[in-house]
Formats: sequence, structure tokens, C-alpha cells
Amino acid sequence: MSITFFIIVSVIKIVLVVFILLTAVAYTVWLERKVVGHMQNRWGPTRVGPFGLLQPAADGIKFLFKEDLTPPHVYKPLYIAAPMIAVVFAITSIAVIPFGNDVWIAGHQIFLQITDVNIGLLVVLGITSLGVYGVALSGWSSNSKYSLLGGLRASAQMVSYEIALGLSLVGVLILAGTFSLRGIVDAQAGHFWGFIPNWFIFRGGQFVAFFIYLTAAYAETNRIPFDLPEAETELVAGYHTEYSAMKFAMFFMAEYANMITVACIASLLFLGGWRGPVFGPDWLQAILPLFWFALRIFVFLFVYIWVRGTLPRFRYDQLMAFGWKFLLPVAIANLVITALVVALK
Amino acid sequence: MTIPLSYYLVLSGILFACGVMGFLIKRNIITIFMSIELMLNGVNLSFVAFAAKWGQLSGQVFVFFVMVVAAAEAAVGLAIIIAVFRTRETLNIDQVNLLKL
Amino acid sequence: MLNLHLILFLVFGAICVAGAVNLLLQRHPINSALSLVVVMGALAVEYLLLGAEFVAAVQVIVYAGAIMVLFVFVIMLLNAGEEERTGGSHVAWILGVPGMLAGAVIICWALLRHGNTGDVSIGQLPGHPADIAQLLFHQFLLPFEVTSILVLIAIMGAVVLAAPPESVQGSKREAK
Repeated sequence: MSITFFIIVSVIKIVLVVFILLTAVAYTVWLERKVVGHMQNRWGPTRVGPFGLLQPAADGIKFLFKEDLTPPHVYKPLYIAAPMIAVVFAITSIAVIPFGNDVWIAGHQIFLQITDVNIGLLVVLGITSLGVYGVALSGWSSNSKYSLLGGLRASAQMVSYEIALGLSLVGVLILAGTFSLRGIVDAQAGHFWGFIPNWFIFRGGQFVAFFIYLTAAYAETNRIPFDLPEAETELVAGYHTEYSAMKFAMFFMAEYANMITVACIASLLFLGGWRGPVFGPDWLQAILPLFWFALRIFVFLFVYIWVRGTLPRFRYDQLMAFGWKFLLPVAIANLVITALVVALK
Repeated sequence: MTIPLSYYLVLSGILFACGVMGFLIKRNIITIFMSIELMLNGVNLSFVAFAAKWGQLSGQVFVFFVMVVAAAEAAVGLAIIIAVFRTRETLNIDQVNLLKL
Repeated sequence: MLNLHLILFLVFGAICVAGAVNLLLQRHPINSALSLVVVMGALAVEYLLLGAEFVAAVQVIVYAGAIMVLFVFVIMLLNAGEEERTGGSHVAWILGVPGMLAGAVIICWALLRHGNTGDVSIGQLPGHPADIAQLLFHQFLLPFEVTSILVLIAIMGAVVLAAPPESVQGSKREAK
């Protein structure tokens, strides 16, 4: 295909994906408030629009118009840059995530992915590693003891659980044989024993890796039960204490965008991506994989929010001990066993 | 689409020179340490450039080892800096001169 | 002569050099650390231009995402302030800096003028993780194992060196 066609298609894909991601972030906030509300035997947002569906819009307008206070004692350049860093890295990792198979438009095959790199999974892991800077720098530049402690704790926690996160994915990589996300999904085609799909969590036996990944992901995104760095009862608000209005909203968006990215990676690597029953006319066959993918993401986010409403939070030393002394050895054991099984086959 | 290999080597040389100059003129221990890391990065670029030129992947594997050694050195060096800071209460190397005659 | 390879190389090379010079010019170590992160990011792109995709990814994950985070941590913990102007070594200023500048200029001139080292194309040597792994675990197995022991020793050394002195003495008293 020609260069201009490629550029136009890529720009359309980028705009569409970023728009959908930002809307998904806003409605994940709505979903969380409704689900946690119902778990706590109350309604959640109901007044703004039917079922409170316009609540994210109201929140967005509120954040835009709130007074953007910059305390005088902060280190200004990094104070302003830190939320931007957090949001940029949270949204960038969506660039390598495939949402569905290919569609044929105007005689050209277009993949439903902004770009397919050979090292797609490593790109996502790298961007997750860089996301620590947003947290660490915001904690330090705010020049207040709550923020500094929260920032230090959050970055130490994120760095520690990154290792277990990465190691739990290596089992999948051994089975798939490629880092490319599209290749990993393609390796999960087919069924075994008639009806059980060939997903890595079933056929590859990666259920232990799946749970390690899920737990490490809760810690990476600073969610309950690992959200001590930003807990209200402990540290006022941790690393985003001194932030107001739009900058706080950026941290918020970054946290939920990270949640969505984690859900995408988990569904691609362990639950077979966009695979599901496909039927009907051509245009439906192109849309259905997207629907199955969105269904998996929704299930993940629901589990995320369910865990948030149910579990108490870890104390910080328990958190670090859990990450280093339990998750890491179990991830290594999973890796060794998977490698042995594959080698002996 | 080709460019001469010497362009990459020039960039590597510039980074290395900046690292050496940082090592000489800066007074903060941590910044001096970062200049060492900058030198190592410049050398890594040379490795990868020559690996591409001679078609040998060993150059890229060696970059891997350089990174591991840099990580180990950074960890131990920063631990030493923390220990020195505890006793001397300063990060300025001109004031860590107890052994001076 | 003006092709995409050259444009990308120049753009990211300029970012590298700007970051390196900024590291020298900034007085606060946190700004130096962040410019070094920018240098490493731009270098990762340069590696991609040469085809070393796995090395580029490892550069971002390990160097920019872990080692530099460690540096930023230590700067935050020790509350390093802006650098004071304490003279410093006069030999370094008079001999070292001009000497290094002269050396760099000579090397660059020699390479650009007389270095007929040939051309590289974009993505010349694809460094697929599978091929690198082949080399790493067959030909370079001994260095691999040795560096893993080196990292283990470094971890133990760092923990012992950075531990507060009371805890070390406390354990000695218990051992008596």
C-alpha cells in the first residue's frame, strides 16, 4: 500500500484508539463507583443522566473548572511535568495492543492494531517501567513529607512487583515462541478435547502464572490490596496530596489507563485475545472479535473493582515481603516447570 | 538508505567525551556517577554499531553484559554513597578529604 | 544523501547530545538524572535504527527503567540539593576539559574525514531475541553465569553497605 494511505490509516487508528481509551477510562471510573456502591449496599451515582451515566462528563467539567493551586514550596518544573509523564506513559502502551483480527477495507488488509512490533510485549514492559518516574517525581517535587513518603513507597513497590510481573509472562513466551502480541494470540488458536479453547491458561497450564500476573498487576497499578502509598487513612493522599484539579485528574486517568492496559495484556496472553465464536455476515465477522475482546476487558475490570471493594490493604512491610519472598520464587518456579515441560516434549 | 558508520562512532565519541568532562568538572558524587553511566552508554553504541557493520550478533550480546555490569556497579556505588553520606553529611567530593595531608 | 535514516539519526543524535550537555550544565542532580534518562531513551532509538531491537528494549527496561530509577531514589532519599561552587581541582579545569575537548574534536575529525568504515543501512543487523538467546546460552554461557554471580555479589554488597549501622551492631551483639 502507498505511503499516504498508510499514514492516513495510521492517523485514523491512533485518533480512534486514543478516543476510545480515554472514554473507557472515564467509564471505568463510573463502573467502579457503581459497583463499589452496590457492594456497600448503596446506589452509587444515579442523578446525572440515566443510571448516572453522565457522571464522568460532570466530573470532567468539574476538574476543568476547579482552581489549579500550585503551592509555593514545590519544585515547579517537576511538579508540573510529573502528572504529564504519568499520563503519557500510561496512554502510550496502547499502541502495540491488538484489538482484533484484520479487516479488509478498499482491497487492503488493515490490522486492528496501531503497530505490530516484533518485541511488542517488551515495549509494554518498558513503558510500565518508565511509568514509575511519574510517581517518584511527583512525590519528591511536592516537597511535603506525606508526598515524599508516599512517592518513595509507591515507586519501591512498583519496581519490586515489576520483576514478578515480567517473570510470570515468560512462561507464556516460552509456549508462544514470540514477543509479538499478535503472534502470541495466534498461538492460542483452536480447541482441545473438543470444546475447551486453546488458551494459555488452560492448555498451557499457565493458571499459576495468571494469578501471579494478576496480583503483581494490582501492585503495579497501586490498587487495593496494595494501595498503601495512596491510602487516605495512612498518608493523606500519598504522592498526589499536593495536586489539585487537572493535574490530579491526570494522575487519576493514568491509574485507570494502566488498569486497562494490564487487563488488555492479561486477556491477550492468557485468555486468547479476541478469539470467540464468529458468525454472520462479513461486517459482523469483523466486529465480533472486538466484542469478545471488550468482554474480556470488562470481566477483568470488574474483578479489579470487586477486589477493591472486598479486601483490606496490606501493610507496607507485608507488601514488600509478599512481593519478594512469595511472588518472585513462585514465578521462577513456574518458569522452570514450564521450561522443563516444553523441553521434555 | 545508508549512512556512513563513522556517524555512529562520532556520536559515541561525543557521548563519551561528555561523560569524561562531567566526571572531571562536577562536584556532586551522584552526578559524577551518572557521568560514568553516560560513558558506558557511549561505549554501548559503539558496540552495536560495529556489530551491525561486521554482521556479528556478539556485539549486541556484549552490550547486554555491559548493562549488567553497569547495574551491579550502580547498586554498589550508590550504597557506598549512602554510607559516606551518613558519616560525612555532604555529597560534595571536595569535602570528603579526611585522608588529605 | 538525505534519506530517512540520516534524518532519524540526526534528530535522535541531537537529542542524545543535548541531554548529555544538559547533564553537565545543570546544577541540581535531579535535572542531570532526568536528562540522562532522555539520553538513554534517544540511544534506544539509535539502537533500533541499527536493527538491535532486543538491545533497545533492554536498554529502556533495565537502564532507563531500573538503574536510573535507583539514581532518582538515592537523590530523593539523600535530599541532594543544588551543587555549591567549591573550586574543585584546578588541574581538571585547566588540563582535563580542554584536553578532552581537543581529543574529541580530533577523533571526530579523523573519523569523518578519513574513516572509510563503510555504510550501514537502516535495521542492518536484526537482533531478534531468539538469535541473541542462541548466542547467549551457547557461546556466551560462561560470561552469562559469571555476570549472574556478579549481580548476586553486588546485591549482597549493596544491602550490607547501605544498612543502618545500628542493625549491623545489633546482630553482632546477638551473635555473642
